[in-house]
Amino acid sequence: MSEAILSVEKLGKRYQLTHRHDAPYTTLRDTIAAVFSAPFKRTNGRRPATVDDFWALRDVSFDIARGEVVGIIGRNGAGKSTLLKILSRITEPTAGRVTLRGRVASLLEVGTGFHPELTGRENIFLNGAILGMTRQEIRRNFDSIVGFAEVERFLDTPVKRYSSGMYVRLAFAVAAHLEPDVLIVDEVLAVGDAEFQKKSLGKMHDVSRGGRTVLFVSHNMAAINALTRRALLLDQGAIVFDGATAEAVAQYSHLAVRADAGAIAGRGTHTTIVSVAVVDAAGAPLARYQPGDPLRLAIVVDTDGSPRLSIEAFLVDAMQQKLAMASLHQFEGISLPAQAGRYRVVMEVQPGWLATGNYSFDVTTSVVNSNWDHYVDGAATLEVVASNPGRGAWDFRHDLGYGAFALPCVSPPQITAAP
Amino acid sequence: MHLVIEPGRSAARYWRDLWRYRELLSFLAWRDIAVRYKQTAIGIIWAIIRPALTLVVFVLFRRLAGLRQDGGSDVLLVLAAVLPWQFFASAVAEASTSLIGNTSLIAKVYFPRLIIPLSSVVTALVDFVITLVILAVVMIWYRVVPDARILALPLLIAQSALLALGLGLLLGALTVKYRDFRYVVPFAIQLGLFVSPVAFETAQVPERWRMLYALNPLAGIIDGFRWALTGGAIDTRVMLSSVLMTAAAVAAGVWYFRRTERGFADAI
Repeated sequence: MSEAILSVEKLGKRYQLTHRHDAPYTTLRDTIAAVFSAPFKRTNGRRPATVDDFWALRDVSFDIARGEVVGIIGRNGAGKSTLLKILSRITEPTAGRVTLRGRVASLLEVGTGFHPELTGRENIFLNGAILGMTRQEIRRNFDSIVGFAEVERFLDTPVKRYSSGMYVRLAFAVAAHLEPDVLIVDEVLAVGDAEFQKKSLGKMHDVSRGGRTVLFVSHNMAAINALTRRALLLDQGAIVFDGATAEAVAQYSHLAVRADAGAIAGRGTHTTIVSVAVVDAAGAPLARYQPGDPLRLAIVVDTDGSPRLSIEAFLVDAMQQKLAMASLHQFEGISLPAQAGRYRVVMEVQPGWLATGNYSFDVTTSVVNSNWDHYVDGAATLEVVASNPGRGAWDFRHDLGYGAFALPCVSPPQITAAP
Repeated sequence: MHLVIEPGRSAARYWRDLWRYRELLSFLAWRDIAVRYKQTAIGIIWAIIRPALTLVVFVLFRRLAGLRQDGGSDVLLVLAAVLPWQFFASAVAEASTSLIGNTSLIAKVYFPRLIIPLSSVVTALVDFVITLVILAVVMIWYRVVPDARILALPLLIAQSALLALGLGLLLGALTVKYRDFRYVVPFAIQLGLFVSPVAFETAQVPERWRMLYALNPLAGIIDGFRWALTGGAIDTRVMLSSVLMTAAAVAAGVWYFRRTERGFADAI
């Protein structure tokens, strides 16, 4: 292993949360008021008591060797963005130290500094300069950028007239031609249409194979899997795992599931749903759902013993669209026992090949052919972290708008010469 | 290249970075100029109309108030004040809001933040150079032939730019933290027009108040412009005070800006 190109030692970043949530900035009045009221306040220290310390990052240490491609994963708020911002010198750490042995370029957003009134050509130069390219570098790569973005015909059109697809392509194209020693990339593959995603993923592949050191943050586990062999898993500002990507992704799904445990409120007239969980074959809460697998819903329900009671479960996507339904009575011909008591109902369903995304189950009890009894929104959640029936690197994501289920062929596609 | 990121340690290569990012400075200034007059019917002429109308109003005012000197030199006298004032006012106003107007850049990319207000001053300077056309027209119309003193003009322009930069850095950084300054600055600039010797001359200020008045650095700058373009006497004490105040403004601006800059991304 060569010398670390990037060393992070005990890095910490503290934010001070004031209890004024209406304004992210201070007003002069607050400061003046604070100055005058300070002598009358009993504070132990210089900071008033209304300020909370929040460590977005704490004691984070790792080394990255030259040429390594490393993924950074974690839930929202885990500290990923803060880490990238410190490494990119946008914000300053509160503690610790980072040593960089090379030129760093970071791409935290696609199209930073793009100006809608300027033409494509003008924006290439402006954005390039903002990302730290020199004029000569931009000129040298200009044709390649334009070619990659496929905007030749619109070079002299203001980008405000671009379609959003063109805009994103152009913005990514500029950034993809950065030539730093260390490239820091945040979630930029999460934009654009599927075709472009494929292309940009390919470009990232080239970059990582070209011996460049890349730090890559994404929620797209398929991309993380495809591009990196090592990943850091962050949770609550600390590194909870640093090692093989597959293992990091598995642990990430554990985190994702654990965070969703919630209590169910309310009750129905005849029944009360006590708990709903997605479980594995052994009945334990499922850590990670793999698309294509059967899915088991375990529902614990109290009933007053009325006859003709059923349970329905709806698979719901992140847009609250119902995608599919399971029904105890209508589909399986079974009702809840007509005897008061608490029952555990396990329904094993085959949801098809789900796309990457966040789903949930609405679960309800019902009086058959009459009405819902106890309807619970989002009774259980389900996250699919990577989806591709063909095991390829392209991630079939629900939010692409191509549907929630893949339709994998059940036998190999037949291709024959047609007359 | 070897770089260490630690709390409180951004100073080391700051000025070198500033030089390295000089292309970004020109790109940002160019962007602001290119964008400003897009989709306007008469474009860059707007840069001329504002000072031209201000000139007309002040010349008429002097006439009504009985402050007028004879013909040509009066128009030139007012113009010699209106032009630097306009430059100073727009540079300070734009630099003050430049940081909060470039939030996405500050939150997403590293570069020495000083570039942003600096580019506002450069943009205003470009507009100012365009307004020099009015000066040329007036001088030709009234057949004023400048003497060697006009060579002092670039120095005076540089001084106004530095003064605007110093105040712009200070107010820009303050605006990031206290949005109140969005209201304070335009109002202060409005007042500044009347306390600066634009409609009148420093010599008309009573002698015993003169040095107090000279604390306004624009007094010296405007006097300097008038001296360079129309001749006459100049009070060196006023001039000296102006230079000292400019230096103080730059020092205070750079100091405060550098001190607060590290927190911009978090505060903005």
